[in-house]
Amino acid sequence: MSGEAVVFYLLAAVTLGSGAVIVTSGNIVHAAAALVPALLGVTGLYILLNAEFVAGIQVLIYAGAITVLILFAIMLTEGGTGLGGRQRNEQTAVGAAVAAAMAALLIAVAVRTNWAPPAAGATLPSYTPGAIGQSFLGRNILVFEGTSIVLLVSLMGAIMIARRED
Amino acid sequence: MSWGWEVLRAAAGTVIIFSGVALVAAMFGVLLERKISAWMQSRLGPKHVGPQGLLQTLADTIKLLQKENIVPTRADRTIFASAVIVVPLAALLDYVVIPFGTTRSGPLIFRDLNIGVLYFAATSSLVVIGILMAGWGSNNKYALLGGLRSAAQMVTYEIPMGVVLVTVALLAGSLSTVTIVNGQSGPHHLWYVLEQPVAFVIFLIAATAEVNRVPFDLVEAESELVAGYFSEYSGMRFALFQLGEYGEMFAMAAMAVTLFLGGWLGLPFLPPVLWFVIKLYAVIFVFMWVRWTYPRFRIDQMLSFSWKVLIPVSVLNLVVTAFFVIVVRR
Amino acid sequence: MLLDWGYVAIFALIGAGMVALPLLIIWLISPRSNYPQKFETYESGVPTIGQAWSQFHVRYYLFSLVFVVFDVEIIYLYPWAVVARHLGALAFWEMLVFLVILVLGLAYAWRRGALEWT
Repeated sequence: MSGEAVVFYLLAAVTLGSGAVIVTSGNIVHAAAALVPALLGVTGLYILLNAEFVAGIQVLIYAGAITVLILFAIMLTEGGTGLGGRQRNEQTAVGAAVAAAMAALLIAVAVRTNWAPPAAGATLPSYTPGAIGQSFLGRNILVFEGTSIVLLVSLMGAIMIARRED
Repeated sequence: MSWGWEVLRAAAGTVIIFSGVALVAAMFGVLLERKISAWMQSRLGPKHVGPQGLLQTLADTIKLLQKENIVPTRADRTIFASAVIVVPLAALLDYVVIPFGTTRSGPLIFRDLNIGVLYFAATSSLVVIGILMAGWGSNNKYALLGGLRSAAQMVTYEIPMGVVLVTVALLAGSLSTVTIVNGQSGPHHLWYVLEQPVAFVIFLIAATAEVNRVPFDLVEAESELVAGYFSEYSGMRFALFQLGEYGEMFAMAAMAVTLFLGGWLGLPFLPPVLWFVIKLYAVIFVFMWVRWTYPRFRIDQMLSFSWKVLIPVSVLNLVVTAFFVIVVRR
Repeated sequence: MLLDWGYVAIFALIGAGMVALPLLIIWLISPRSNYPQKFETYESGVPTIGQAWSQFHVRYYLFSLVFVVFDVEIIYLYPWAVVARHLGALAFWEMLVFLVILVLGLAYAWRRGALEWT
């Protein structure tokens, strides 16, 4: 097994293990704290794919900002005491069936895809900050400006909802 | 087995940097703080342990190592324990991209990452998680309140710092710290502090807020919240949090030197590493000077200052700089 | 480039070990004497009143919300800063539009009082 494969399996184990903790833990703050190793595992996977800029912003936004947001949101609610919540309800069977169907669909798609690398001599697209900048300031400029509108709308919407009690 | 050799190099570099930071930042830095604060208050500071008190922090560390390890009954053991590791580790991860000088074969840096400046911002934001975990895990009102306020403060000041980092990256045309220092050398370039004084001041203010120092230390001042998010941590765990804080302060000062003061650049009669150290301690002295000069802000003043003053000013600075760089083509 | 990150990974692993080392030392050599009062939560010397958690103000959530939006804005600025010099004046005006839209968001948050502490 090459070094990259070993690292991949380690990162996958960390991500999936943390994911299991997030989903099954009775203490919601533990679940939120387990988000951090899960997101850092995904960061490692991005690095393995040569996308180091995306890895950097994954840590900055997800592990740095979104996890803080989720922790603050949890502490606003009853979950902040860390007392156990109900992990199962009456619809466990239906949920399990839907999850199994989804898993079957995803596995079927993954198995049927042609993962073979392109012809020798083709190179990976470049994921350096320079290349990304050229892309969204050049060909994808409309998407870029549209993103700013989306951010503005989400900010305004969230503030409207959160301040409605006044 | 060339990769074994690389692993050994990485490990050696890590141990050197960690020991260096632990010695220089934590031990010497704490002693420096006590001495400088003493001189500014017309007293002498620690003098008995070692020559002129130089071994004072070593003695303190040995004392702390022997202290009992108290974990309150109602604390959440897993999160309480892991927060102690996250905060110093995130602070020490900052040092990967800081260039300390040059050697014969290139810059003296642990690893010159292509996304150096972005990496620095990312690891600074990991410290916030550690602080929230410490505050919550202690199950103590003071700690929880201190942790939440500290997280809100650090998060608010990350934005002006990010905008300032982008401004410097714009001037240099790269996110790599070595390229940024090299962009300040040569006959046609000045140190960026002269081209961007506003950005320099904003960076220092944001850095002071990021490490919870006066005038932004409301969240851990003894008269306010006992000790804030690390109220329940005793002995060596407390020392590790202090290592995290002082380590982060030194990392911020080192980044200020790299981005604005020309890193290791200087006249050739001193080796580059020494220039870096001199500039680093100059910035550290400014941090400590500010600490003993200004009173502390209230939390709402501190947060309003960031949102309503620093962010508009830094964005305006970025726009003006961009105008000169792109349109006027300086 | 992967080698760079291998170095960072080793730095993180060995670093975590070195940070955990003092904790191991104290676990080995620190004294232990157990009496219940020592392990109680600190509240200025009096027995604790109620639990540590109480419903906190929504302002923490609003601050982190506005922070997330501005953080996403900043990550768009990073690649722009790297290439802006080479792309000409169009890059400047494009980014100016982006920044103006988000400054409008900041102004809205300011007006609606999302940035106030009370």
